[in-house]
Amino acid sequence: MANDKTPLQLVARGILNENPIFRLALSMCPAVGISTTVMNGFMLGIAVFFVQVCSSVTISLFKNKIHPRIRIPTYTLTIATWVTVIDLTLAATMPAAYAKMGIFVKLIVAFAIITMRLEMFACKESVHDSFWDGFGMGLGFMVGMMAIGFVRELLGSGAILGHDVLGFKPLLFFILPCAGFFVVGLMMAFFNWIEIVYKRYRKVKS
Amino acid sequence: MIGKRLRCLNRLHRWLPVVLVLAVVLPGLAPAADLIVGQRFEGTGAIVLDLASPLNPAVLAESAHYTVYAETDPDIKLAIDRVRVAADNRSVSLLFSEPLNTTKTYVALAQDLSPGISARCTVTKPYFGYLLSILISALLVNNFVFTKYLGLCVFFGTSKKKSTAKGMGVVFTIVMVVSASMSWFFHRFILIPFHLDFLQIVVFIGLVSLTVQAVDTILRKVNPILFQSFGVYLVLVIANCVIIAVPLIMASNNYSYPETFMLSLGAGGGFLLALYLMSSVRERLDLANIPPSFRGLPIAFVVAGQFAMAFLGFSGLQLF
Repeated sequence: MANDKTPLQLVARGILNENPIFRLALSMCPAVGISTTVMNGFMLGIAVFFVQVCSSVTISLFKNKIHPRIRIPTYTLTIATWVTVIDLTLAATMPAAYAKMGIFVKLIVAFAIITMRLEMFACKESVHDSFWDGFGMGLGFMVGMMAIGFVRELLGSGAILGHDVLGFKPLLFFILPCAGFFVVGLMMAFFNWIEIVYKRYRKVKS
Repeated sequence: MIGKRLRCLNRLHRWLPVVLVLAVVLPGLAPAADLIVGQRFEGTGAIVLDLASPLNPAVLAESAHYTVYAETDPDIKLAIDRVRVAADNRSVSLLFSEPLNTTKTYVALAQDLSPGISARCTVTKPYFGYLLSILISALLVNNFVFTKYLGLCVFFGTSKKKSTAKGMGVVFTIVMVVSASMSWFFHRFILIPFHLDFLQIVVFIGLVSLTVQAVDTILRKVNPILFQSFGVYLVLVIANCVIIAVPLIMASNNYSYPETFMLSLGAGGGFLLALYLMSSVRERLDLANIPPSFRGLPIAFVVAGQFAMAFLGFSGLQLF
């Protein structure tokens, strides 16, 4: 099965059309759990990006050697290996940021998005395309996390990346852990609303 | 066909309480000392010591006779505010100015209560209560879905109907207990002795896949009817963060086996509870008139947020 998309299209698909968080609604746990600031979202985004790209390339390299019946365990073990790599690296180089993310770095191993990309894409396509697909999906996840972090940090503490920009705190509630559910729900509803309005606009025009 | 399936479910339901009771009662035994026959916490501000025989109340009431420290740091002696002697002279309450952390183990030394006799005892919460508190904590206070935000993909995926939610919850609890037990064994007897701690993630996820595969195969052969009703959820279990989070928590806290068992049971039960609550609400949401942009997942997230706020009410809950 050949892939007819250019690298740019693959990356764009990961960020927009099939954004892991807002469109596919996969790997919601970190999106709700630790997206209180932009920085947290960025750090976990980097980890997921790394794991996604590396596992995509690994599976794509060995796709002809993997027996179809044991492919899921193979994916899981590949992901687990790369998660161990990034987990130990982060723990050694950035202990402060690592402590904030807590258990979530290790839990990347159970994120549905990575297994899904391996199953849907990397086990069929060439190494080159799998790399760009992983790149787009990882980036899409990072962008989604940072968008949620942006809203929560801006509205919750009136700051971005730790810098005070508003000078007051509009909705302190958003910084609370349980507000993650509300923020994700409201943002999803907002994107749905944009889609509905856009479709209505196109209908009226035509 | 339906009758048979119901009978299977009944059998499962009948055995669950027995297993629970056994698991709670068996490890609940505690040791005692000589001069001091009983020791316990009273609230968070006092330790009560029961003596074997009545002693001189004037001696008992002097706080200089007692030394209390946490077992983990013996150098820091706790300041005893005053000592209250019971009317029958057989028990003393040591009152502390600062609250005690009742999850820790404290050592109490009593010197020269009667000339030349000293006694040492360790004060802990009753083991039974401690285990129950782990269970309650995983079930309600630190509910994995609503206060730790784990396992959300499966949570939103399978909470559309009550029957699905129940099936998923039960299968999940069983797989959870089995895989956590195996993980505990591997962690305690293989990973720690050979200094392979860094392989935690690989080993634990491998064990989870293995358990799911094993339960799948065994159930298919042993009880095809049960497999038909629950088999579909088995695949989903593996994509759930909770199932890998429990072994990781177990490893970082260095839990013993009963503690691991209670933690996994609490995590599974908490997930079942969350799924059931959520599915009850979502069945009603289907009938409600929701704005088009909120239909489906967005409203489910808002409802989950409200549940999360409700579960905040459990924080600080302490039964034992």
